[in-house]
Amino acid sequence: MVKKIKTPLSEADARALKAGETVYIDGVVYTGRDEVHIHALEYLEKGKKVPVEFKGAALYHCGPIMKKQGEKWVAVAAGPTTSSRMNSLEPQFIEKFRPGAIIGKGGMSQPTVDAMQKHGCVYLAFTGGAAVLAAQGIKSVSGVEWFELGMPEAIWIMNCENFGPLTVAIDAHGHSLFADVGTKIKENEKKARAKLGLA
Amino acid sequence: MLSEGDIANATVELLRKTVVKLPKDVEDAIRKAYASETDEVPKMQFKAIVENMDMALKTTTPMCQDTGVTIFYASLPKDCKVDVGKGIVEGVRTATKEVPLRPNAVHPITRKNPGDNVGERMPYINWRIHDKDYIEITVMTKGAGSENMSQLAMLTPSQGLKGIKEFILNSVLRAGSNPCPPTILGVGIGGSSDIAMKLAKEALLRPINERHKDPEIAKLETELLEAINMLGIGPMGLGGKTTCLGLNIEYAFCHTASLPVGINVQCWAGRRGTVRIYPDGKKVFPTHEG
Repeated sequence: MVKKIKTPLSEADARALKAGETVYIDGVVYTGRDEVHIHALEYLEKGKKVPVEFKGAALYHCGPIMKKQGEKWVAVAAGPTTSSRMNSLEPQFIEKFRPGAIIGKGGMSQPTVDAMQKHGCVYLAFTGGAAVLAAQGIKSVSGVEWFELGMPEAIWIMNCENFGPLTVAIDAHGHSLFADVGTKIKENEKKARAKLGLA
Repeated sequence: MLSEGDIANATVELLRKTVVKLPKDVEDAIRKAYASETDEVPKMQFKAIVENMDMALKTTTPMCQDTGVTIFYASLPKDCKVDVGKGIVEGVRTATKEVPLRPNAVHPITRKNPGDNVGERMPYINWRIHDKDYIEITVMTKGAGSENMSQLAMLTPSQGLKGIKEFILNSVLRAGSNPCPPTILGVGIGGSSDIAMKLAKEALLRPINERHKDPEIAKLETELLEAINMLGIGPMGLGGKTTCLGLNIEYAFCHTASLPVGINVQCWAGRRGTVRIYPDGKKVFPTHEG
């Protein structure tokens, strides 16, 4: 089933999505990967305000290639990065900032699945490496924060239309497609080992 | 006579071709894998990959935002007079601005990013001398998602072939969805710790539709590939028939008391490119003909 969603997402919006569905996003998407997670949580600890509103937001694990044309930034290539690098910080990030959706690739571990279930957030998988396809859904870049972290690590504020296709891979009800695949892999591993003559 | 500027220009052109278009063997393997999937989720992943490949080529845009760190292999004629290293560094700097490439190279501890993909020992150049009259430069733009899944095992000789198979299978399982499968795997067997890792990466330079010239190694390549594709990790780890597009092995003799094995993981975007620069300035791109 294909759905359109608008950001920011309410908790009810997030909870209405089911694992396995295909969605496209309209609205603002923020990029944020390793350094954004570290910095945002540090800011919170020091009582400082982060420069964007993450509540209900779609946070995209992405370090794009941006190009300056005149005064404006343009997204050249903007596919997802490996989400598992953020496994140790994401549960806390979700609890403190309450984003509505995390976009990335490769899935996330159980503590993040649990945090998503508790706080009403979903994980949307975008095809890794499909950076030109992703950039096509980014209609304009309205700003950049924390640029001093470097182009891949900054927060890019992107206005999107028909951004996708995204697969709801972890829903807000504790269902993870990656966990489903993991169960099948365990079964298949026996056959692969037998083929290689391994006990 | 060739100048550093000629090398820099050839490097920019090489990098542009490499990040925009895949070598034919990799592209063919991806299209074949797409055709073989029957379930909706993996089919959609392959559809996005194929559409993205086509759009990148049409718009001369890097197919993936992670244009990697630039790993070079340069082969020089014996009487080479031009400073090829300097030309390559300048080429990387210019390509970062003009292609553009993402500025990925940072200081390993301070994480400071100079913004031009140039820093201590980066771009990294592996040097060779050959008995040809042309300069050959090969580049791999190696993304981090897959590179981070690479591994080394210092096995004992008693672990033998079974130990090698076990290590490779476990590495693939451990990498799971992270390296942007379907992957390409480079395996280096023997040598020493550093040589095994170096061979693992060099194995990725061979087209994936060419088997090793030693029939025993060729058989092992095929056997491992078939076993890995039984796992069902699938494109992006969302399940499916193709987990690995190709597996290449290179080996070296090693100490009688050692058995090092290295594995270098490459995402589906197996970007590699080669340029040959002849003494008269003529350039040929054997990986990107047509």
